[in-house]
Amino acid sequence: MTPIATPTDAELPKLKLDWAPLLVLPALALAALPLIGSAPTWVTLTIAGLAMGMMIFIMASGLTLVFGLMDVLNFGHGAFVTVGAFTATLVLLPMQGWMQADSVLMNLTALSLAVALAMGVTGLLGWAFERVIIMPVYGQHLKQILITMGGMIVAEQMIHVVWGPDQIPLPLPASFRGAIIFGDAAIEKYRLIAVAVGLIVFVAMFLVLNRTKVGLLIRAGVENGEMVEALGYRIRRLFVGVFIAGSALAGLGGVLWGLYKEMLTAAMGSEIMVLVFIVIIIGGLGSVGGCFIGALLVALVANYAGFLVPKIALASNILLMVAILLWRPQGLYPVAKR
Amino acid sequence: MSEALLTLTGVHTHIGQYHILQGVDLTVRRGELTVLLGRNGAGKTTTLRTIMGLWKASRGGLVFDGQDITRASTPDIATAGIAYVPENMGIFSDLTVRENLLLAARAGEPDAQRLEWIFGFFPALKKFWNQAAGTLSGGQKQMLAIARAIVEPRKLLLVDEPTKGLAPAIIQSLITAFRELKGMETTILLVEQNFGFVRSLGDSVAVMDDGRIVHKGRMAELAEDRDLQQSLLGLSLDAHQ
Amino acid sequence: MLHRLLSGDFPRSLWLSGALALLVLVLALAPFLFTGARAMNVAATICVFIVLVASYDLLLGYTGIVSFAHTMFYGIGAYGVGLALYSIGPTWGAMALGLGIALLLSLALALVIGLFSLRVKAIFYAMITLAVASAFAILASQLSDFTGGEDGRTFSVPEMLRPGFRLIEAEVFGTAINGKLITYYLLFFGALAIFLFLLRVVNSPFGRVLQAIRENDFRAEALGYRTVVYRTLANCLAAATATLAGALMALWLRYAGPQTTLSFTIMMDILLIVVIGGMGTLYGAMIGSALFILAQNYLQALMKQASDALTAVPVLANLLHPDRWLLWLGVFFVLSVYFFPTGIVGKLRALKR
Ligand SMILES: Nc1ncnc2c1ncn2[C@@H]1O[C@H](COP(=O)(O)OP(=O)(O)O)[C@@H](O)[C@H]1O
Ligand SMILES: [Mg+2]
Repeated sequence: MTPIATPTDAELPKLKLDWAPLLVLPALALAALPLIGSAPTWVTLTIAGLAMGMMIFIMASGLTLVFGLMDVLNFGHGAFVTVGAFTATLVLLPMQGWMQADSVLMNLTALSLAVALAMGVTGLLGWAFERVIIMPVYGQHLKQILITMGGMIVAEQMIHVVWGPDQIPLPLPASFRGAIIFGDAAIEKYRLIAVAVGLIVFVAMFLVLNRTKVGLLIRAGVENGEMVEALGYRIRRLFVGVFIAGSALAGLGGVLWGLYKEMLTAAMGSEIMVLVFIVIIIGGLGSVGGCFIGALLVALVANYAGFLVPKIALASNILLMVAILLWRPQGLYPVAKR
Repeated sequence: MSEALLTLTGVHTHIGQYHILQGVDLTVRRGELTVLLGRNGAGKTTTLRTIMGLWKASRGGLVFDGQDITRASTPDIATAGIAYVPENMGIFSDLTVRENLLLAARAGEPDAQRLEWIFGFFPALKKFWNQAAGTLSGGQKQMLAIARAIVEPRKLLLVDEPTKGLAPAIIQSLITAFRELKGMETTILLVEQNFGFVRSLGDSVAVMDDGRIVHKGRMAELAEDRDLQQSLLGLSLDAHQ
Repeated sequence: MLHRLLSGDFPRSLWLSGALALLVLVLALAPFLFTGARAMNVAATICVFIVLVASYDLLLGYTGIVSFAHTMFYGIGAYGVGLALYSIGPTWGAMALGLGIALLLSLALALVIGLFSLRVKAIFYAMITLAVASAFAILASQLSDFTGGEDGRTFSVPEMLRPGFRLIEAEVFGTAINGKLITYYLLFFGALAIFLFLLRVVNSPFGRVLQAIRENDFRAEALGYRTVVYRTLANCLAAATATLAGALMALWLRYAGPQTTLSFTIMMDILLIVVIGGMGTLYGAMIGSALFILAQNYLQALMKQASDALTAVPVLANLLHPDRWLLWLGVFFVLSVYFFPTGIVGKLRALKR
C-alpha cells in the first residue's frame, strides 16, 4: 500500500512561538529608565517589581488554570492568600526565637515549617471550598461569581473572628533582612529570594505542564475539556487536583507577600486580587505563560508608577490592561477554545 | 449479518429547551462500517454526541457491547471502547502531534508497530511528529484526529464528517485509511454528507432527517438505486461527486 | 391609570402588593410619622437604595451581567454634586452642572467598559469592573486636594434645601415645613419617578430583548440582536441611574466621601439586597432595600447588646460583635443564592399558587 502524498506535505509548518509579548517586558523596563533618571533607583525598582511580579504569579497561576480547565472563576481565591499568611503566623510567631536567631538554618527551618503548614491548610481549604461552594454551581457563571464572592467575604470576616481585628506584624527572619549593595544600587535580600522562589515555582510548573502526562492533560483540558473526557479521562479529578494545588500556591503566595509587607491584614487577599485579576486578563484567561508575563508587567508598572506618579499607581495598571487589550483583545496568550 | 455492537432504541435528546433527537433507532453491527447520512441540521452530530455521553438522552436507551451506557459518563463510555472523532476534530493545538497521540494511548506510550502502520497511510504525522498540532493544515489535523482514535484498538469508532472542507487528494488518503481499518474488521459509525466518499466504503447505511432515522438498509442497495438516492438525499448529492 | 404607571407589570401577589403599598405609604408620609433624625435618615436611605438597587437589578436580574462597579457610578453622582457645590457654591446652577458632569463621566465610563469587556464574556466584565472600581476608589482617596481624600467633602446645599429654610411658617400636623422636608420629598419623588421609569424600561421591547439575552445570548444573537449593543445600553442606563441615586444621597447627607459612596461594603449590600429581594423583579429592590436598611440600622444595635452580654465567651462575643455584621451578611448571602434564588418576591408570588 503506497501512501498518497498530500499536497500540503511540502510546506513545513513553521514552529510558532509568539515572541512579541516577551519583548514587551524589556521594552517596558528600558522605557522606564530615562523617566526615572537614576540607574541605581531603576535597578532597585526593577528588582522590586520582579519580586512582586513573582509573588503575584504564584498567587494567580492556580486561578487562571482553574478557569481554563472548568470555566470556573473563583472570586474567593484571595481568601486563600489571606488564610495562608495568617496560618503561617501559627508557626512563625511561636518560633520567633528561631526566626530572629543569627542562623540561616534555624531561620529556614522555621520558615519551611510555616510554608508547609500554610500550603497544607490552604490546599485542604481549597478542597473543601470546591466541594461545598463551587461544585453546586458548575456551569452557572452568575451564581458562581456571587457565591465565591460571598465565600470570600465570610472567609475574610472569619480571619477577624479568629485573629482579632488588628493587623499582625510579621518580621522577616534575621538572615533575610537587609540589602546587598551593588554599585550604587541597594537590593533588598528578600526581594532576591522572592524572585528565586517565583522562578522555581514557574520552572516546576512549566516542567509539570510540559513533561508529565498529567500536565499534558491539564493543558489539553484547558483547550478542550470535552475531548479529554472523550479520550477516557475524568476531567473533574484533574480539576480538583488543580484547584487544590492552586489554593496551596495562593497560600504560599500569601506567606511570601505577608513577609514582604511585614504586616498582615485580613483584607490583604482581596486587595491583591485586584492585581491578580488584571494579571490573568492581561495574560489571557487559562494561560500560565501569559500569567507569568502579565504578573511581571503589572508589578513593574506598579513599581515604576509608584515612584513616578504615586497617586495613580493602581490606575496605571488599568491603563496597562486597556493598552494590552487594545493590542490583543483576548490577552497576551489567548487560549484556543473549541 | 453479524450481531449488533451498538443499539439505540427510541433515543430522544434535548439541548436546553430544544428537542433535537426525536426517537432515534439505530443499530451498528460488529465489523461493519455504518454510514449515517442526512442534510445539515438533521441531528447526526447530536446522535454521535449522545452516544459519547456528551449530551444525555432524555428518553430511550443505548446499549454498547451488552452494556447499558444511557446514563454512563463520557470517560466511562470511552473506556468501554468507543473512540470519537468530532466534527471540529478536537485537536489539542497547543500540544505536539506526539503529545496528542500520547494522551490518546491510555496504556502509556503508543505501540511502535501500530504507529508505523498509521504512518503508512498518514505519513505527514511522522514528518511533523514534534510540531504543535495547531500548525498543521486542515487535512493533517483530520489525520491526527483519526490517528488519535485508532492509536490503540477500540471496539467502535465514531467519525463525524471527516471530509468536510478537505481537498480531493486528502480525501483519497482518508479513503485509504478507512479501507485499512475495514481490513482489520474495525467497527465504524461514519457520519457524512459526501455520498461519493462513502458509497464505496459503507456496508450499511442510515439516513436521518429532523431528528429521526428515515431510512435503513445496505449501502450496496442504495448505491445502485438512483431513485432512492434522489428521494432520500435530494439532488445535492450529485454536486458532491 | 395604575396600569400605565406600572407599565402593566403588577406585583402579582396579594401579600406583595400589600407590603409595597404599605412601604410607599410609610415613605410618603415619613416626615409626618417619625420625628427623630435617625428615622428620617433610614427613610431617606431606603428611597435612595431603592433606586440604586433597582438599577443594579436591571443589570444582574434582567441582563445577567455581574458588575462590581455600581458603587463607582453611585460615587460619581455623589462626588459630582458634592464637589460642584463645594467648589462653586451652594447654587442650583452648580448642582445641575455637577450632576451633568457626573452623568457624562458615568456614561462615558460605562460605555468604554461595556464595549471593552461585554463583547468577550460576562465573567470578564465582573473582573474588569472589580479592577476599575477599586482603582477608582483608591484614586478618589489619593487625589485628596480635589476630593477631600478619606475625609470626603462636606458642603452646603442651595438655600431651599437647608434645614433652616421655612417654606411656610406654620407647622403641618406638628411638622415644620423646612428645607430638610423639601429635600426628603425631592428624594422620595425622585426615587419614585426613577423607579417607575425603570419599570417602564424592563417592560418595553428593549427590556424583553435584554431578558432574551440573559436566557440565551447565543440564540438572541442568532435572532439578529446585537447583544453587545443591548448589554452596553443596559449598562449605560444602569450607570446613569446609579449616578442619580448618588446625587440624591449626597444632597441628603450634604456630604460626599469614600465610605458612604465608593466602599466595597456598599457594593456587597447592593448584591445582597438584589438577591434577597428577588433578582429580575424590580419590586424585589423595594422590599429588599427596606428590609435591609431597617436591619442594618436596628439589628446591628441588637448585635452589640448580645456581644456585650457575652464578653465572657471570647469567640462568640467576637462573632456577634457589630463589626462582624458583614460576616453574617456574607453567610446569609451565600445561603440565599443557593436556597433562595428567587428571593422574597419569588417566594411571595409562589405562595399564591
Ligand atoms: N448547542 C446547541 N444549542 C441549540 N441547538 C443546537 C445546538 N447544537 C445543535 N443544535 C441544533 O440541533 C439540530 C441538529 O444539529 P446537528 O446534530 O449538529 O446536525 P447535523 O450534524 O446533522 O448537521 C440543528 O437544528 C441545530 O441547530
Ligand atoms: Mg454535524
